[in-house]
Amino acid sequence: MAWGKRKDLLGIEDLSRDEMESILDTAESFKEVSLREIKKVPTLRGTTIVNLFLEPSTRTRTSFELAGKRLSADVINVSAASSSLLKGESLKDMAWNIEAMNTDILVVRHSAAGAAQFLSRVLGCSVINGGDGAHEHPTQALLDLFSIRERKKQIEGLTVTIIGDIAHSRVALSNILALQKMGAHVRIAGPATMIPLGVASLGVEVTYDMDAAIEGADVIMMLRIQKERQGGHLFPSIREYATHFGLNQRRLRGAKKDLLIMHPGPINRGVEISPEVADGPYSIILDQVTNGVAVRMAILFLYSGAAQ
Amino acid sequence: MGELVQELADRIVADNPDLSEVTLVGIRSRGSHLARRIAERILKSVGQTVSVGILDITLYRDDLRARIDQPELVRTEIPGPVEGRNIILVDDVLFTGRTIRAALDGIMDLGRARKIQLAVLVDRGHRELPIRANYTGKYIRTTLDQTVRVRFAEEGDEDGVLVREIRTP
Repeated sequence: MAWGKRKDLLGIEDLSRDEMESILDTAESFKEVSLREIKKVPTLRGTTIVNLFLEPSTRTRTSFELAGKRLSADVINVSAASSSLLKGESLKDMAWNIEAMNTDILVVRHSAAGAAQFLSRVLGCSVINGGDGAHEHPTQALLDLFSIRERKKQIEGLTVTIIGDIAHSRVALSNILALQKMGAHVRIAGPATMIPLGVASLGVEVTYDMDAAIEGADVIMMLRIQKERQGGHLFPSIREYATHFGLNQRRLRGAKKDLLIMHPGPINRGVEISPEVADGPYSIILDQVTNGVAVRMAILFLYSGAAQ
Repeated sequence: MGELVQELADRIVADNPDLSEVTLVGIRSRGSHLARRIAERILKSVGQTVSVGILDITLYRDDLRARIDQPELVRTEIPGPVEGRNIILVDDVLFTGRTIRAALDGIMDLGRARKIQLAVLVDRGHRELPIRANYTGKYIRTTLDQTVRVRFAEEGDEDGVLVREIRTP
């Protein structure tokens, strides 16, 4: 297994294909633990994990919390609304205080790109990026790889289309990098206002047409419109967006029979994805959530050894 | 080595009248080779199939933090429920007893077995915990400066037990 010790997981950009495969292989074992009647192993007994979530989150925070608890770690959650940031404390001071309580792993979500990297420089404990602004969301990309590999056996050679608000999506960037490192062909689609300038330099295929986006795709990842990160006015109305870029049954007529449809959540039913597609036979949206816990267990396990 | 495995198989058959209740659980990776071989011998001698499982104890080790390299995880695969079964843990070498301690915790997390026993090919002494095997192939007197390694054809080696001096620089 190719696992050199690493202190922090900041982005897919830093990981090699071998390292990502090690994480996925390790996650296979942890998936078995989650299927047991007693879903707990004593591996991280005595390890303290702080989930510092300064942006709203249900899935990622719950997933990290369950992952830590199933490994017997002590997990504390801090959210923006209940934090002393409201009293004017800086992020750095807050992080130093959390570390002073002998925290081993800090999982951080922040609205600013680079927040996790900043914290990794000022802290000695392990820092795991749980999403930083429109930059990266590495654990989401890894659980997406795991879910694809589970169904398709291998990722190399697959065509994966990512549809939606590419410009404001950290899931999109992490997935583009991860899928390309694994040897997949990545296609992106969406309204021109949501496709970042110069994105083709990443080596992705760009299309503004939904039929072209779906044709020949083995996997389609739908993205939510990141209203919280847009200035507004990127498209005339929700209804018009749904009409032109929403995924529905009719659009899927030309799709491959073994297509997988994914979504990192939260989904906006009837906007980027119609209910019958979200709940339909191609959808593995809830598998992604199940696998997220196993993948995060693997990440906590592998990164826990490195903290000094 | 074939004789030792046969002897273990014979004694397991003699001591466990109802083999349908028995699951041989090999502690990976060499324990699982041994468990499969014991099951083959039992099938040959008495015509009874015994179920075989694999247990990965990495998550239960007490030295995870101290290790320099992260050990590779392998999926634990035990056929059927552990509840009410007669589990025989199988490992190649019994040394400090710490692996067996971890395996006991691992098995107990999977359910309440009716009975747990231990079969080992080699007992090299130097226990650090109050643990002893029910079935032992061979006792080998060793010093702490030696390593004992059982080789299996399944891993591309020639079958055999190797005792070597650890070279101290």
